[in-house]
Amino acid sequence: MLVSEREQLRANIERQIQDYGNNRSALIPVLQEVQLKYGHVSEYVMQVVADILNIHPVEIYGVASFYSFIGHKQKGRFIIRLCRTISCDMQGKDRVARQLENDLGIRFGETTPDGNFTLEWANCLGMCDQGPAMLVNERIYTQVTPDSVHDILEECRKVFGVHTLQEKEMLCELPTQAK
Amino acid sequence: MRTADTSKMTFSKIDPGVGLKKALGMTPDKIIGLVSDSGLKGRGGAGFPTDLKWKLAANVEDDLKYVVCNADEGEPGTFKDRVILTSFSDLMFDGMTIGARAIGAAKGIVYLRGEYTYLRSFLENKLSKRRRDGLLGRNIMDTEGFDFDITIRMGAGAYICGEETALIESLEGQRGEPRNRPPFPVNTGFMGHPTIVNNVETFTWISCIATKGAKWFNDIGTEKSTGLKLFSVSGDCKKHGVFEFPMGITLKELLEKVEGTDAKAVQVGGASGRCVPARDFDRTLAYEDIPTGGSIIVIGQNRDMLLVAKNFMEFFVDESCGQCTPCREGNVKLLEGIDLLLQGQCSMHYLRELCSLGESMQMASKCGLGQTSPNAFLSIVENFKDEIMGRTESV
Repeated sequence: MLVSEREQLRANIERQIQDYGNNRSALIPVLQEVQLKYGHVSEYVMQVVADILNIHPVEIYGVASFYSFIGHKQKGRFIIRLCRTISCDMQGKDRVARQLENDLGIRFGETTPDGNFTLEWANCLGMCDQGPAMLVNERIYTQVTPDSVHDILEECRKVFGVHTLQEKEMLCELPTQAK
Repeated sequence: MRTADTSKMTFSKIDPGVGLKKALGMTPDKIIGLVSDSGLKGRGGAGFPTDLKWKLAANVEDDLKYVVCNADEGEPGTFKDRVILTSFSDLMFDGMTIGARAIGAAKGIVYLRGEYTYLRSFLENKLSKRRRDGLLGRNIMDTEGFDFDITIRMGAGAYICGEETALIESLEGQRGEPRNRPPFPVNTGFMGHPTIVNNVETFTWISCIATKGAKWFNDIGTEKSTGLKLFSVSGDCKKHGVFEFPMGITLKELLEKVEGTDAKAVQVGGASGRCVPARDFDRTLAYEDIPTGGSIIVIGQNRDMLLVAKNFMEFFVDESCGQCTPCREGNVKLLEGIDLLLQGQCSMHYLRELCSLGESMQMASKCGLGQTSPNAFLSIVENFKDEIMGRTESV
């Protein structure tokens, strides 16, 4: 990450912590915002947040690693989380999982080489009456069939392919930092 | 949304704001009295009397108190809160505001699970509208000196944060590890201030009770479990969705309504609940018999009970916070045991040891997660021993 980017990141985090009242309870919302914007919470971010909140970086690591929606490794632009819990299981999530792996060419827990998709399991998404369900980033898909997997992936690719202004901004903000 | 005919739900017949207005015309003591008369117990599943929780918080002297709405519904098979948040959120916010009046709180927090992030902006807009309408902010509904506002905080994908002390830890920026109790949140809650944590559905019923009166609610259900309850129904039945039934309904009656009468078993209360075999379908869904947060998973004749148990144990191995040993290690051992059973390589002696481990976990675990995680395994072993022992086909 460039020095100027680091400075900007630090300024952003400082401002967010102020917004949340400058105390420890700001921690998770701030980590969530970083996660949303940069796709992961890097060790550098943990260090910065620790400095501002005046706590040890290990504390931040402890919190960040506890929650499954906060990660310290770079993931794909689209994180696909397929529900594996009982009701979705009974409604055929295994076949959807297999088709996702086939179409993306990766296994669960992996990211496609182009950095577009990460495939993960999720525990109950609260869509048990409409399973199998999966989240793509924050968007929920229900009654997913092996057949519809392709369309959903295409939809994602299309979103990413469209260079609207907003998307361009998002591209610029993606981290250039090595893993 | 494919829910069970929501038009038949009590909620849909109740206009938001009516109950709130009535409640704000009462003294805080009267509000708690009303809740007390209704007999309402926590709808998240634990069944703690709501009036008692509120009374305890109201009696503590503090300038700052909190009302927390637990919208971290993560129990497998539960989705009723999602329907409330989507269709009846104003009633829920009304209920939180009534709670704030009752205990003297100025701040409210909705702890929304990370999986429901797509609902956040919708709910934020609802809150903005409430502020414009004078339902949040200063002197709510012209009630002199009653100031209250609600913020939304997001969870980040941890089942354990549905446990109220873990939820508070999470709000405070910590790992979601449950606290020792006592002290209880009603004394030492968020940031050390008195805090009531109630379920989404509980707050919504509060609005209904304030609108229609305690007697209306109390007349429904059983003596110890009053009122109506939402049930999230999924699995091997024809009708999926959220249904409203009186407390004390038998499983048989419920299965008739959702057209799943040929079920082999019903998992009541989600992964942490228990598996009820067909011969026990005359039992009732009530705090004194089979308590539940409302998750009903119908298991059909052709399902393999051991795979059901395995799915639940995988869930708990993943979701245990790792703080206390019985839960962290015990769930892994039980899952290994299930794998042995699946391979047909578990002796009766070892199965008994596993059951005894499960019972130890129920006693020795620190919070509800570890205390309830062996339930499904134990009830499946108890009721379906014939099905799970001596397997010859490996799955």
